[in-house]
Amino acid sequence: MRAPRLLAAVLLTAAVAACSSSPDKAANDSKTVTLVTHESFAVSDGVLAAFQKQSGLTVKILRSGDAGAVVNKAVLSKGNPQGDVLFGVDNTFLSRAVDAGIFTAYQPVNIGNVPTALQQGTDGKATAVDYGDVCVNYDKAWFAGKKIAPPTSYADLIKPEYKDLLVVENPATSSPGLAFVLGSIAVQGEGGWTAYWEKLKANGALVVDGWEEAYQQRFTVGSQGKGNRPLVVSYASSPPAEVVYAEKKPTDAPSGVVTDTCFRQVEYAGLLDGAANPTGGKKLLDFLLSPPFQKDVPLQMFVWPSVTDTALPAEFTKYAALPTKPLTLPADQITKNREAWIDEWTQTVLR
Amino acid sequence: MSLSVSGVSVRFGSFAALADVELEVAEHEVVAVLGPSGSGKSTLLRVVAGLQEPSAGRVVLDGVDVTKVPPHRRGVGLMFQDHALFTHKDVAGNIRFGNAWADVASLLSLVGLPDAGPRAVVTLSGGEQQRVALARALAPSPKLLMLDEPLGQLDRELRERLVVELRRLFVRLGTTVLAVTHDQREAFALADRVVVMAGGRIAQVGTPRDVWEQPASEFVARFLGFTNVATASVEAGTAATPWGRVAVPAAPGPHPVLVRPAGVLLSVDDPGDVTGVVEVATFAGERVEVLVRIDGAPLLEAHCPVVSAPTVGETVAVRLDPAQIVVLPRNSSE
Amino acid sequence: MDPDGAPLRTRLLALVPLAFLGVFFVYPVGTLVAIGLGFGEPIPGVPGGSLGDVGGVLWFTVWQAVASTVLTLVVALPGAAVLARFRLPFSGLVRALVTVPFVLPTVVVGAAFLALIGPDGLLGVELDRTVWAILAAHVFFNYAVVVRIVGSVWAQLDRRSVEAARVLGASRPRAFLRVTLPALRPAIAAASSVVFLFTFTSFGIVQILGGPSYATLEVEIYRRTVYLLDLSGAAVLSMVQFAAVAVLLAVDAALTGRQRAARLVPASPRSPRGFGEWAFVGVNLVVLVGLLLTPLAVLVERSFATSDGYGLTYWRALTSADASSVLPAPALETVGTSLRYAVTATLLALVVGICAAVVLTRPGRLRGAFGLLLMLPLGTSAVTVGFGFLVALDEPPLDLRDSALLVPFAQALVAVPFVVRAVLPVLRAIDNRLREAAAVLGTPPGRVWWRVDLPLVWRSLAAAAGFAFAISLGEFGATVFIARADNPTIPVAIAQLLGRPGEVNSGQAMALATILMVLCAASLIALDRLRPTGAGGEL
Repeated sequence: MRAPRLLAAVLLTAAVAACSSSPDKAANDSKTVTLVTHESFAVSDGVLAAFQKQSGLTVKILRSGDAGAVVNKAVLSKGNPQGDVLFGVDNTFLSRAVDAGIFTAYQPVNIGNVPTALQQGTDGKATAVDYGDVCVNYDKAWFAGKKIAPPTSYADLIKPEYKDLLVVENPATSSPGLAFVLGSIAVQGEGGWTAYWEKLKANGALVVDGWEEAYQQRFTVGSQGKGNRPLVVSYASSPPAEVVYAEKKPTDAPSGVVTDTCFRQVEYAGLLDGAANPTGGKKLLDFLLSPPFQKDVPLQMFVWPSVTDTALPAEFTKYAALPTKPLTLPADQITKNREAWIDEWTQTVLR
Repeated sequence: MSLSVSGVSVRFGSFAALADVELEVAEHEVVAVLGPSGSGKSTLLRVVAGLQEPSAGRVVLDGVDVTKVPPHRRGVGLMFQDHALFTHKDVAGNIRFGNAWADVASLLSLVGLPDAGPRAVVTLSGGEQQRVALARALAPSPKLLMLDEPLGQLDRELRERLVVELRRLFVRLGTTVLAVTHDQREAFALADRVVVMAGGRIAQVGTPRDVWEQPASEFVARFLGFTNVATASVEAGTAATPWGRVAVPAAPGPHPVLVRPAGVLLSVDDPGDVTGVVEVATFAGERVEVLVRIDGAPLLEAHCPVVSAPTVGETVAVRLDPAQIVVLPRNSSE
Repeated sequence: MDPDGAPLRTRLLALVPLAFLGVFFVYPVGTLVAIGLGFGEPIPGVPGGSLGDVGGVLWFTVWQAVASTVLTLVVALPGAAVLARFRLPFSGLVRALVTVPFVLPTVVVGAAFLALIGPDGLLGVELDRTVWAILAAHVFFNYAVVVRIVGSVWAQLDRRSVEAARVLGASRPRAFLRVTLPALRPAIAAASSVVFLFTFTSFGIVQILGGPSYATLEVEIYRRTVYLLDLSGAAVLSMVQFAAVAVLLAVDAALTGRQRAARLVPASPRSPRGFGEWAFVGVNLVVLVGLLLTPLAVLVERSFATSDGYGLTYWRALTSADASSVLPAPALETVGTSLRYAVTATLLALVVGICAAVVLTRPGRLRGAFGLLLMLPLGTSAVTVGFGFLVALDEPPLDLRDSALLVPFAQALVAVPFVVRAVLPVLRAIDNRLREAAAVLGTPPGRVWWRVDLPLVWRSLAAAAGFAFAISLGEFGATVFIARADNPTIPVAIAQLLGRPGEVNSGQAMALATILMVLCAASLIALDRLRPTGAGGEL
């Protein structure tokens, strides 16, 4: 009888606890500012603590899903947002966020030091916080061992010597996948990109649904030799990450970047319309462009800070490639055509 | 505790499990409800225990109407058919279920199972389970104890022993007892009074002897095990039965009559008005039970002394003893 | 019992699961579907999408689910027989281990499976990107369902009926077909419908092993909701999925409900005898090890495999609070978060599941609909629930969007059907006269449940709790879509770690996956010890 009685007591306690606890009310007081973001958002404890101390604010970070999910959730909860500031909209989703009106305009203190190119399409309602490039990465050791020169451009990827070497992500379900398709459109033009993909497919490009699978399971470097694809669509910052997260720091990054395939991704933050604490939200946006946060960005999220002349860590300057002329497409053109392009791509590559 | 059941009916849809049942049980009295399965006897117990709400009628315990009182506040004991022991508790735990302070040791010795307290109920034999069920029912000292087929599953020898033990126990405890059984011997051995039920109605109430000697209907007679029941036409004090004529104290007209097997006298030598052929003869210890085929009549059962019993195939003369003839009420509804 | 009180009490009891499902399932999912179907206020920026090839997606979803179910039965029924019939060393451990896949995030399982059937895989056949890979992984995931549901009945089948058939001249196969199989049919039907439900709503497996050219309804709903914000398309697909699940559950109820339960006796496993039996056991153990344990072993191996031999580097990294760490806190702290959520979700699922099971044991006209409602969350996309919470639970008094309770509530939603399925058969089997005996012995109606039912079902309840615990430990889909202010759970952390290049990250992910497996196996072994010896629930 003892065990059931104990169980009963526990159950009752749980039921009572479940009924009596109420949602967190902290979000409503002016001392707390809430940041809504994706799972990949990261900031050093020290940097965040310093901001909280200096501003007197408590920062509550609500993480969930990836960039696409965060934007879509913000659109669905427009007017009654979950927090004050949203971080994590990229340029492929920017127009959806801006057009849906989830942001209210705010110019953070340091906005003058952000290149205007990065601010394109924001309509003053979002702030570029960081940027990165999606590029083809290659396995240095693999190409050296086979005595083949790594590819240098989109055009190279459809050549026979690179047959069955590339793994790419599905643009319908992956943000780097979409960036790579957009890059192909930027290079081949709206008229020629599907023909290019037909050739890429014929050349044995493997399509997977997510970056994790492409990089960690198919790419020879990321899978520690278990995969069989020495070319992968990833980020320009992946080589420095390989160094930082290596078990024993290597002298050289194991992978390299095909700089001519790089498509620029910019990540934005904005003040949410209907924020409970707009004053705190503005301070938080100022913080995101402040030197301590900007300096923290590279090694926390493996992207480049948006504020010009921010000092970069050594791993970054040494191993990361920053393409001089990254591929871009105007945000409104992306928004207008994204679904159609994805459909066309799906018809061309998957069916 | 006295019990009074008045006008109780229980209907399940269009089926009447109990129809307008009236029953009085006096304090300290032991009453057995006797009937075939489906006669409503268990339903009657459930109504008294409060487990079944009657569609109509009242249940009164010690002068208090308890019809709407839930079972746990009626203070009656009920021993279930098949015992319904709690398998998650040991013997002592079962006994203490209704009374945490019950004197388990003396209850167990009362039912003849001393030292069984810590045993798991699944390890008990049928007879032992029955005793534990009884001890459990007795533990809260109910003033009315009800038993549903108390000896139902046990083998014959055990039943005969236990029935005596139970009777003695009831007398000693002075509890009012209402027991349900389909076995007339059990009922007669246990009870001060017997209630025979049929089709949800009470067919007869009386002492075991009354019921045995004067069944209230053809149904009761047959239920008690009598097969020699037939309609006879009575004229001038003589009944013409299918098995012959016999003197009866009844008004002229058709009457159902019961011929007790002991009242069927067979003789091999005497010629008689009625003769038949012995079809079956079963040796039953102190007597032989004989079935006689008489042309144009149902088989006739006769109990014969062992020394003078006929054998199978013999032709016998049949006479009926007027002292062993029972004229049953004519308006029997069953 | 108390004829006036009982229905009222039943109704009050029904309120608990109804309120829970109403607030945390029907309302959010209904709101999202209603928005998608164009009811209520339109949301700016939400495009109305084209439906595309719904028929094709539905067809693939159905046929792969049917094929997976049949294949799982073919592979797992002999395994169930081996584990149920024979006394073998470590069979408790094996039974727990086959259930481990249940809690593993699919991205991790995908990695393990690629090591088996991918390019240069251990099995030597490359099935990657074929429907075979999907089917094999489905067998891997659902083997445990058949072993647990069918095996528990098989172990307790009265062997005398088989012996009777043999004495009457039936050969072994004939006795199996004529006696054993019919007795097992309700359990096989129950297991089949669970497997079908799981494979019908398969998501990660199809994405990773099948690749982008294969899509189930679940994958399509996810894609439309998360990437395209095509709520109308997602809503239509959700309705199709609901309808399919409802049909399945109706068929299941018809198949299992009408049959009388087989006579069960306490299990009496014995050692295998003779060459035939040993060969049968041996073949099944090979399947078990090859199909089920190898992928798990691969994950454990990877957590120790550093660039120079085996070592504990990744395990040590779990405790470090490196500033450059991918996770907001040392990875080991995710274990605490996961345990906290899982305990809360389990308790919730038990409270709701028990109330629901008790209600289902009582007669009532709407019982069928109620039972269906309870099972529906199993057939609902996690993303639909996650987004539904966001759009529905956003106004006081139900502004729960960032409540710490939302995650365990979402997890409990998935665990409740398992609690109900585990407890209901046991509750139904309780002889009502025991309750009546308790009442006559002076137990008030409110206490009868605590004194009779609970003591009799609590072992099954503990079993259900272990299963609910394992499920919520491994839950990923709904958790990841609910905004959380605290540390990630283990599956979310694993996804995070795999989302960043670098061997320390993937190594830590594998170490966390190993911890998840151990936690799950431990809770299942503990649950196995509490298993009732008599007829138990389905799990």
